[in-house]
Formats: sequence, structure tokens, C-alpha cells
Amino acid sequence: MGELLTIFWSFLKIGAFTFGGGYAMIPLIEHEVVVRRHWLSEREFGDLLTIAQAAPGPISLNTAVFVGYKYRKYSGALAAILGVVVPSFVIILLVAIFFSQMRHNHWVEAAFMGMRPAVVALIVTPIIGLAKGMRWWLVAIAAATALTVWHFGISPIWFLIAGAACGLLWAARRGEEVGDD
Amino acid sequence: MISTLLALFVSYLKIGFFGFGGGYAMLSLIHSEVVVRNGWITNGEFTDIVAISQMTPGPIAINSATYIGYEVAGIFGSVVATVAVCIPAMTLMMLITHFFLRLEHNRYVRGVVMGMRPVVVGMIASAALLLILPHDTEGQSFIDGWSWAIFAIALLLSARKLNPILLIVASGVAGVLIYGF
Repeated sequence: MGELLTIFWSFLKIGAFTFGGGYAMIPLIEHEVVVRRHWLSEREFGDLLTIAQAAPGPISLNTAVFVGYKYRKYSGALAAILGVVVPSFVIILLVAIFFSQMRHNHWVEAAFMGMRPAVVALIVTPIIGLAKGMRWWLVAIAAATALTVWHFGISPIWFLIAGAACGLLWAARRGEEVGDD
Repeated sequence: MISTLLALFVSYLKIGFFGFGGGYAMLSLIHSEVVVRNGWITNGEFTDIVAISQMTPGPIAINSATYIGYEVAGIFGSVVATVAVCIPAMTLMMLITHFFLRLEHNRYVRGVVMGMRPVVVGMIASAALLLILPHDTEGQSFIDGWSWAIFAIALLLSARKLNPILLIVASGVAGVLIYGF
């Protein structure tokens, strides 16, 4: 029980203090899991990051399941997930309850009118960096995906499935040429 | 009520399962489910939720699940959506941890990840497009020259790695100064 509480508490901290999501939270998770608790070695943490990024879902959630399950199987995974989810659940629920009452307040509306273009800027920023490292035909696929999803309202799920299928075919053909890894 | 809860559950299960590529890539998936397919919220509300997510801790997938779940079906809705978005990551990561699959060395997994990469970049771009040029006129992010000025400044600062929370708060203050008086 004590160990479960420790897992829950550690991931509660991770859930409560990781603002902005994604890569911003990696140093905090590393500090808690590797430096403080010694649940994973430096190397295991590196492997975990690769897996957590390749698997669907938020990185913090994937890390929580990995560490929790490794130590206490299902109950450990559940304790870790609850830890990550509870702070954001409680805070957002409070925001949702109060924001729906305040959203037509003059000042709140003005603030959100200022924030909306800044949110768009935050979304645009990583696109430039990601597109820089890609070959021209990959950029073309990205652009085609963006335009089709935006203009026709097609679910991006179909593009993910198509991309995954192309990647599988490519891996299989390449495997035949150079032999198995 | 039950059918709404079921629809919420299915939508967030999909978002969780296809949530590859992290927060911003998931935005286009979330948008496709909650704005385009089910019409639970408007474009403007969607942008506001992204802004709120940036200022509160936790992954955007979980934040949006809790918030939209509440908007659509109260506290029950927020619990159902939050649990649903966690299920795919939970089960997949448990399998991966259990068998300790060295996924990064498997060429098929590498192929799938590589095939999805341009799609993920396209998904982020489509989220940006949907907010810059929405199909409906309600809750547009860009309403006048000030919006574009905030966007340009935010883009510059965000490219220079300014903390996103600071950026959102500053643009909110700018909004109050510009539109409040």
C-alpha cells in the first residue's frame, strides 16, 4: 500500500506541475522517476521516451503506465494514472464550472479575444521547425493532409492509417532488400 | 443522455487511440470529433479551451476531455470522456511494458512511425488552418488588425522559445487593453 501511495504521489506532482504539455514536462518526469526515486535507470528512461513518443496518447500518461506497471502491475499502473489525471481533471472541472458562467463577462471576453491569435501562433511555431528537416515530398504529403482535413472536414484518422500502411510497406520491402535486422 | 455519453466515450476513445505525435497534432483530431462531427462546441470555444489548456497543468488531450465532457453532459460527461481518452494509452502501454518490447529496434514499428510523421505535421498545420480560416463565422480567432498584430508578435516570441504560459497571459492582458475599454 505504501509503495502504491508513493507512486500515486510522485505522478500527482508530475500531473500538477507539467504546464504546456509534451516536451516541456520531460525534465520534471526524469527528475522524479530517475534522480529521486531510482525507479528507472538513465538508459531505461531514454528507451521509455522513445516508446512513449511512438505510442499514441500523452507522454506523461504513457510514462505513468510504464513505471506503475513495472513496479506493481495493474494496481501500480492505476495508481500512476490516477496521479497524472487527478490534478488536471479537478482544475479543468473547476474552470469549466466557473468559466461557463463568466465567459460572457466583458473583461473575460476581451482577454480571450487577445489570447486566440496567440494560441494560433503557438500552434504554427512547431510546424516551421518540423517542416525544415523534411524532404520536399514529405512536406507535400503534410501540406496535402492539412488542406484536405481543413477544407473537406475529413477525419485525420484516415491519413494516419494511410501513413502507417505506407510505412509498413516501405519497411517490408526494405527488409527484403537488405535482409532482416 | 445515455446516447450522448456513449458518443462522448466513443469520440474520446478514438482521440486516445489515434493520438499520435503529441498535443498539437491531437488538436486536429479533437477538432474533427467535437466541432466537425458532433458539433458539441464552436470553433471559438475550441480555441478558448486550447488557451485554458496552456495555462493549466496536464496534457491537452485530458484537459479537453474533462472540459468538453462537462460542457456536453455535466460531471458524468467529464468523467466518461476523461476515462475514455486514457484507455488506449493504458492498455497499449501495459502490453508494451509487459512484453518489454524493444519497439524502437523493430523495423515495422519504425516504418509505421516514419510513415505517420508527415501526416502528424499536416495535422498540426490543419489545426492552425482551421483556426485561421474557419468555415463558420462564429468565434473567429482573427477579427481585426490587432489580432494579426498579436499573432505576429506571438509567433516571433514563440519561435524564440518564450514560455507559452507567459505568452498566453500577456496576450490576454493585451486583449483587455485593446478590447476592454
